[in-house]
Amino acid sequence: MSTTNNNTAAAPVELNTDFEVRSLDTMCVNESHLEHQWWHNFKYMAVGIAFGIVFVKAEIISWFRIQEMFRLQSFHMFGVIGSAVLVGALSVWLIRQFNIKTIYGETIEFHPKTFNKGQIFGGLLFGFGWAITGACPGPLFAQIGSGGVAVAITLLSATAGTWVYGLVREKLPH
Amino acid sequence: MMETILQPWPWYVAGPLIGLTVPILLLIGNKAFGISSSLRHMCAACLPAGIPFFKYEWKKEVWNLFFVAGIILGGFVGAYWLANPDPVVIHPKLAEELATYGITDYSSMIPQQLFTLENILTLKGFLMMVVGGFIVGFGTRYAGGCTSGHSIMGLSTLQWPSLVATCCFMAGGFIMANLILPFILKL
Repeated sequence: MSTTNNNTAAAPVELNTDFEVRSLDTMCVNESHLEHQWWHNFKYMAVGIAFGIVFVKAEIISWFRIQEMFRLQSFHMFGVIGSAVLVGALSVWLIRQFNIKTIYGETIEFHPKTFNKGQIFGGLLFGFGWAITGACPGPLFAQIGSGGVAVAITLLSATAGTWVYGLVREKLPH
Repeated sequence: MMETILQPWPWYVAGPLIGLTVPILLLIGNKAFGISSSLRHMCAACLPAGIPFFKYEWKKEVWNLFFVAGIILGGFVGAYWLANPDPVVIHPKLAEELATYGITDYSSMIPQQLFTLENILTLKGFLMMVVGGFIVGFGTRYAGGCTSGHSIMGLSTLQWPSLVATCCFMAGGFIMANLILPFILKL
């Protein structure tokens, strides 16, 4: 554990000061401080539906496309990820530049990710799994929707993998 | 028009649409785009087992579960209502290589000669579905995100740890696909 991150500002209520490990936590993905009725969540489902359609129609859920990507036989997946990042980065820049608020008038917050060795070890492991299953977590869900019954087993196993990570994380290098 | 929609969408249509998910989620509720966290929320909701990593208010993150439920529905819509009538087109070199492992069925984007329920009890099927899935779930959480959280959201917000993670995803994928997977596919 290095001490380089100790000046990271923690939320006052945050008792866990192990910042390296904390940076892996996604507990704070919900940045909104507003309380909404549960049915407000359907708007995220709508975004998910659109997203799932794109996944299928652009063949991002295709095991073959992933194999082509990792054999440098097709530009398709690099084009998808690259242009997604460009559009995402441009939107984030616009949001920051013009201080664009959410539809509820909240200020949009960004939280810096802290480097830790998990991004290397975990990243490599995930890369292995991505090439075998031909799917990252998003496409796994879309594959199930598209009728891939056996993929439900893969998703279940992925959830088990996440659970085991939670179990052993204190013993892993971060 | 409809015919164009039914054809596979090119990267320059799909990529920007996926990129737009980042500002949409931020604008409709201050949410950071990320998918692998949904697996963690499922663990926290179903089997926290007293593990500190799963002791948090997952109900506050329930939007993420709605989001992935939407992806399942979208997968259904894309595959059944907007289905491409033609078989998947793949690179001839890949087809040649896959033929040597007996994979010749391109009727589905999920190879029907690999990812089926019957195959789970074979060594190859077990390695590809169960072990493969396990390291996807373990690795993404260890890395703190997947292609969406790191490669798209992280890079969009110019975070260098996400660049490290993305490079490792790619390195892992290249190693597996070219050096290890051929042996698994030969099983």
